[in-house]
Amino acid sequence: MESCNLYLTAGAKLAVSQPGKMEDPVASQTNPENILVMGIGNLLWADEGFGVRCVEHLSQNWAVPPNVHLLDGGTQGLYLLPFLEAADALIVFDAVDYGIEPGTMKLVEDDEVPAFMGAKKMSLHQTGFQEVIATAQLLGRCPDRLFLIGVQPVELEDFGGGLRPLTASRVQPSVQIAVEKLREWGVQVQPGQTVAHDLADPSLTRDAYEGGRPSEDVACRTGDDRFFPAKV
Amino acid sequence: MLETPNGYSMDKSGRRIVIDPVTRIEGHMRCEINVDDQGVIRNAVSTGTMWRGLEVILKGRDPRDAWAFTERICGVCTGTHALTSVRAVEDALGIQIPDNANSIRNIMQLNLEIHDHIVHFYHLHALDWVNPINALRADPKATSELQQMVSPAHPLSSPGYFRDVQNRLKKFVESGQLGIFKNGYWDNPAYKMPPEADLMATTHYLEALDLQKDIVKIHTIFGGKNPHPNWLVGGVPCPINMDSVGATGAINMERLNLASSIIDRCIEFNNNVYIPDVIAIGNFYRTWLHGGGLSSQACLAYGDIPENANDFSTENLHLPRGAIINGNLNEVHDVDVRDPEQVQEFVDHSWYTYGEPGRGLHPWDGISEAQYELGPNAKGTRTNIKELDEAAKYSWIKAPRWRGHAMETGPLARYVVGYAKGHEDIKDQVDGLLRTMDLPFEAIFSTLGRTAARALESEYCGRLQKYFFDKLVTNIKNGDTHTANVEKWDPKTWPKEAKGVGMTEAPRGSLGHWIRIKDGRIENYQCVVPTTWNGSPRDAQGNIGAFEASLMNTPMERPDEPVEVLRTLHSFDPCLACSTHVMSPDGDELTTVRVR
Repeated sequence: MESCNLYLTAGAKLAVSQPGKMEDPVASQTNPENILVMGIGNLLWADEGFGVRCVEHLSQNWAVPPNVHLLDGGTQGLYLLPFLEAADALIVFDAVDYGIEPGTMKLVEDDEVPAFMGAKKMSLHQTGFQEVIATAQLLGRCPDRLFLIGVQPVELEDFGGGLRPLTASRVQPSVQIAVEKLREWGVQVQPGQTVAHDLADPSLTRDAYEGGRPSEDVACRTGDDRFFPAKV
Repeated sequence: MLETPNGYSMDKSGRRIVIDPVTRIEGHMRCEINVDDQGVIRNAVSTGTMWRGLEVILKGRDPRDAWAFTERICGVCTGTHALTSVRAVEDALGIQIPDNANSIRNIMQLNLEIHDHIVHFYHLHALDWVNPINALRADPKATSELQQMVSPAHPLSSPGYFRDVQNRLKKFVESGQLGIFKNGYWDNPAYKMPPEADLMATTHYLEALDLQKDIVKIHTIFGGKNPHPNWLVGGVPCPINMDSVGATGAINMERLNLASSIIDRCIEFNNNVYIPDVIAIGNFYRTWLHGGGLSSQACLAYGDIPENANDFSTENLHLPRGAIINGNLNEVHDVDVRDPEQVQEFVDHSWYTYGEPGRGLHPWDGISEAQYELGPNAKGTRTNIKELDEAAKYSWIKAPRWRGHAMETGPLARYVVGYAKGHEDIKDQVDGLLRTMDLPFEAIFSTLGRTAARALESEYCGRLQKYFFDKLVTNIKNGDTHTANVEKWDPKTWPKEAKGVGMTEAPRGSLGHWIRIKDGRIENYQCVVPTTWNGSPRDAQGNIGAFEASLMNTPMERPDEPVEVLRTLHSFDPCLACSTHVMSPDGDELTTVRVR
């Protein structure tokens, strides 16, 4: 597996992982018909909300045609299977612990995706989502193309917290990468907005969620040293 | 040796084995056991490794939004938290929901029970009994014969069908993608089925995958979307408009017809596949009747599925309410979650403090002041615990007790309570199952009993779902399309201070949300979830919790491969999905398994 680091305009470090499998010349010429763009992770756990915030950002800044389905996948496992089965191609946004420098973005394609999502046993949803992909494969109904846009999170152990500034700064570039990938797949993407029903409830949008957080004085945030080492 | 008040002899002299799933959603669990030289579990310690306080995120927020937050605390049961939350707010503010909303909520909640039970059995729990690798050696023809014997009504039973599935499985395993089947102890003698039964059950695992995709459509039909359906304080957010068309928007004939066909498919699957499988698998393990734990002693159910809207009295609930203590099934106590003397949480063995020992707090007065400290006999460090000291504080889970008793909650508890109360449907089901399997009543107090109760409940919930669907359709036909009451939507109509409680029977047990509202905002919010009841640590008196009790005295084939521990813990359907590390006594990671 080859990897290289690039710098995006926003200053984000980008690690690109090439797909391990041979390019199929026929497949690469055919544009996918149905595309699922999904953010996964638990938005209540600080940077783990990265994926969900990316889809939210995409819907607020870009107009995509109806064959592109925007979905907040949350931490759900098998519930996501029907959405996967209906798609020929899948773009996933996720905060993934690659054990690299926080804020580093990583792009992974096709066969490499499941392995990367399980690279570290980090959270429920990764086990869950890796399993969903494996299950879709067992059923022979996994999307032909998978594209993971990941970021190395800064902070996960902050229940009720929002995105850390560094992670938040990766949202726009990640969405930009997704837009370029969609265009590569022949999709007309224009600046604008997309009305998407399968996103988070308005009370959970980033502004409402982060703005409405109770102060630490009001609601204690400390706990177990194993998870809150700063509070020893 | 230590005798607990609830009747267990704890002996920690034998070898200690640590099973530690580490994840970050609510209910994270670690388990430590001591086994004697015969490999029998003589001490069990269940601990929650994660701090989680909902008050931390909900304080000061709009009560009408709480459901959306609570839907996110758990990766498994989204809707049941949301339902509990809107019920708590409605209770606090005295909001009455329309009849249609009651029927729709019941349909949604029952759908969640059925979906969760089927998914739990086939995708999370079956692999504790079924060996998919062994299935590769099965004779498809013999499998076909077994299938026709086990469930003559199930149409998918030809030798060719099983051969195809077997080939698919073979290809999947040979491609090295063991994926969902990895981390199993496939050569452990705890697996007792012949290859044909393994192939039959593995095939149904695939059939269940297809079915579950349809089941969740009900959430989209009535909740607008999935996996995070919409909920509404005051009713349900979906309007009914029988004149509309299309698959999205208001509820119309087309969508009701789709819901009806899915409900019928579930009933068929429960009858022709799920229950026959549980009986077939159960028969191969009929001598393995371990894991009963507290189920024969102390069971708790809040009850759910109200017949009439806004009436949560015991008589009005289809899923039974009641408490059994001291193993006395002749007396079922009524449960009142408002009574400060009944449900109380203790923290003597939890990493919190109430300022004085032995104190119990009702959730309305609940506080979560952390006090993280390890006991003098703990091994390891504060950040890397090798071995807990269960004589001291050892869990982030509080110890909820009902009138001081440690209780089991969940499908088996509901069925024991229902049976003891003479609930006709439940009694018929249980007696029928025991007759078919030729087992005595006491057999239900076991890991298998828990698993069987879940299957029976899935079937019963299917019938109830059809009942409420018909009730909804009749009501609509009679001209009532009302789905929400927004009279008290405006916070100006609310009292300055209010408190309420919402209850449900979640798939894995009794769930309660207690809320205090002040000046239109959330002042305090406490959830006591099923896994808190079942996974609770010891209390001040030394009573052990349901997980701990269920593991006691279970013999293990190979203590380093805790198939039996996982089997029993999984039978509770704990609210977590995680990677589990099995540690050797010196703390080296031996292997990784998954615990749910």
